[in-house]
Amino acid sequence: MPVKQDTAPRRGAFVDFTPETSCLEISGLDLRYGDKPALRDLTLRVPRHRVTAFIGPSGCGKSTLLRALNRLHDLNEDVQMEGEIRLEGQDIHAPEVAVAELRRRVGMVFQAPNPFPMSIYDNVAFGLRLQGGLRKRRIDDIVEWALRSAALWEEVEDRLQASAWSLSGGQQQRLVIARTLAVGPEVLLLDEPASALDPISTLKVEELIRNLKSSLTLVLVTHNMQQAARVSDYTAFLQDGELVEYAPTDTLFTNPRLARTENYITGRMA
Amino acid sequence: MKVVAWHRSGRVRLPRGEGPWAWLAAGSVSLSLLLLALLLMLLATRGLGHFWPSDVDQVTLADGRVLAGRAVKEAPLPDDQGMERLYRTDNRDLDGDIWEWVPVPDIETLSQPRDLVVLERRRWGAFIGRLVAWLPAQGERREGAAAWDALQARLAALDRQRDAIARLREESLLPLARRLEAEGEHPRTVRALTEVQARIRALHEAMAGDVLILESVDGRRLRQPVEEVLGAMRPNAMGPGAKLVAWGDGVWRFLSEGPRAANAEGGVWPAIFGTILLVMLMSLVVTPFGVLAAVYLNEVAHQGRLTRLVRIGVRNLAGVPSIVYGVFGLGVFVYGLGGRLDQWFFEDSLPSPTFGTGGLLWASLTLALLTLPVVIVATEEGLARIPDRQREGALALGATRLEMLSRVVLPMATPAMLTGMILAVARAAGEVAPLMLVGVAKLAPQVPVDGDFPFLHLERKFMHLGYHIFDAAFHGNDVQAAMPLVYATALLLVLVILVLNLTAIFLRHHLRSRHGSLSRY
Repeated sequence: MPVKQDTAPRRGAFVDFTPETSCLEISGLDLRYGDKPALRDLTLRVPRHRVTAFIGPSGCGKSTLLRALNRLHDLNEDVQMEGEIRLEGQDIHAPEVAVAELRRRVGMVFQAPNPFPMSIYDNVAFGLRLQGGLRKRRIDDIVEWALRSAALWEEVEDRLQASAWSLSGGQQQRLVIARTLAVGPEVLLLDEPASALDPISTLKVEELIRNLKSSLTLVLVTHNMQQAARVSDYTAFLQDGELVEYAPTDTLFTNPRLARTENYITGRMA
Repeated sequence: MKVVAWHRSGRVRLPRGEGPWAWLAAGSVSLSLLLLALLLMLLATRGLGHFWPSDVDQVTLADGRVLAGRAVKEAPLPDDQGMERLYRTDNRDLDGDIWEWVPVPDIETLSQPRDLVVLERRRWGAFIGRLVAWLPAQGERREGAAAWDALQARLAALDRQRDAIARLREESLLPLARRLEAEGEHPRTVRALTEVQARIRALHEAMAGDVLILESVDGRRLRQPVEEVLGAMRPNAMGPGAKLVAWGDGVWRFLSEGPRAANAEGGVWPAIFGTILLVMLMSLVVTPFGVLAAVYLNEVAHQGRLTRLVRIGVRNLAGVPSIVYGVFGLGVFVYGLGGRLDQWFFEDSLPSPTFGTGGLLWASLTLALLTLPVVIVATEEGLARIPDRQREGALALGATRLEMLSRVVLPMATPAMLTGMILAVARAAGEVAPLMLVGVAKLAPQVPVDGDFPFLHLERKFMHLGYHIFDAAFHGNDVQAAMPLVYATALLLVLVILVLNLTAIFLRHHLRSRHGSLSRY
């Protein structure tokens, strides 16, 4: 196969969505850790109720981007950020946006399962109890619904009071997803959610992701290109903090427009 | 370290590839453990052996002198003349001393007559000799075995009467006296007080009057008022079972009674109570402060140069000699804070100080200061072990920073906090030097907790096992006689620290096992 020449403009090749169909709009995002730039002038729109995957080599900034979407960088004093991120048209850095409320709307699942050292039930109820004002019955219902949504209910329904740490890794990750779903997010950010799991657990999590997109916007960061191909509708390829190519997943994997993308997905990256 | 088969073809094999260092390390550990075991054994045998009613020897010397006592130790005489033996003969009122060195070659006969009695007395220490007669205030004179039986019965009654007096004093006399002081001379109070005093006087009179005629083995006679006798036994006539009972009774009285004879005799209950109360108050103060400081340093403060400097400072505070903290406590707490409190709230009792002198409160604050670095360091280490993904997980669910800390981070760090508390208790319970400046007392038989409002008397002075050891060992009239009590008290101090630590360790284990192992940190 002849190697394509990188003739496209430096800013890459992008699929675009109208503001009406997009859930998250990122424009001109620059982010640095101290002096080290991590994201450079990044602009993209994430479509609503679809699965969007960010792929790219380690250190390309895809996790950094994900964490910017629910302002987890706020805690790190070294991070400087410019640009704009809009959730359903609302600037998430606007002073009237409460960060806790934003994080409830934009849930996040991390690479390694991080259940709290509490019972399974308490883990799922954690976010609900933070909001307060919910009756016990209502919490029970939401916990069951969330565990069912995360395809974990059948496995844990008879031991809800057992420690969450007694679950297997795959179960823990689904528990964490259930915990996130319980607070009713609009967007679910998944940071390599299956990288610490065995193949069967991975398949379960992927199936879960596909099922969830009917009600949620999902953003997935992954190292695993087969996984991106299997579960996502759109894929963005990032390299050195820049967006290189952003296209429907089928197109990006079968017919990438840029040589850099093709080199990466075929494993010929320098 | 992998365990290798030790006995192969009958020869001890070295674990291959470990070299001499493994042996050196293992040897050091064994040596430390051995020394620790030896120390505990020394304390246990010397301390607990003191309460065993060992046999009393009656010795006749070549020059015709007769003495009775318990053999304590032997030492060689000069010029190879054999050994000389130290007898504890007691009878301080007859001899002026309770020790007698006897050259072993001079001993003509040595026997253990069954009729030798050992009396424990309130004054003059123990008596060793024979009971000649029992002269009650009313009733007939009895001699020999009958006198012994009468004495036994009378002693049991005396015990009950002493208890009754102590109870009256504690429950009626002292509260009435305090009310008198507080409310002025109310006729009803005065009447009640007079009544109680009369009852106590009546009890005292009922106890007095009976007299024992005692005779030492060399024939000197003595009139002994029975009310001064605390216990009597005939060790040579006792079987092992009876001796064991007497030993248990002795240990119990050591644990449950107050000291006598300037701390050289009697029990250590106020000191046990003071030590435990002090350590518990100290833990109550130091744990919240230490945890808050650690949370600030690890979770809130900007991790810059200043925080690093503060952290180094805290760690170095742990190395400051404890007496320095004592000086600080005396200057700042006792004279500074205490003096100010006295001026504000206790002006009417000045110039006699209330809080302006050493006391339980200032001692526990001083110890809290002393152990603060330990708690901070241990808690910080626990906090640092909690992975960031736990914190981020809480934040990602919409928790504020405070909610994240209180609901996820602090519960996970609880075992570390308890570790800090355990270390603090271990350090504080053994401290004596700073306490001598801020409120420990040689003698404070009244424990700082009683039925009077506010029940816990933080301004009172208190006794402490560590100081009790120091005092009994160096400040008594007869250091030799007090030594067994010193050993017993030292053993007790070790046990108290052990119990306090085990309690905290149990608590930590309980918290840990509630949610499975935290080893997945």
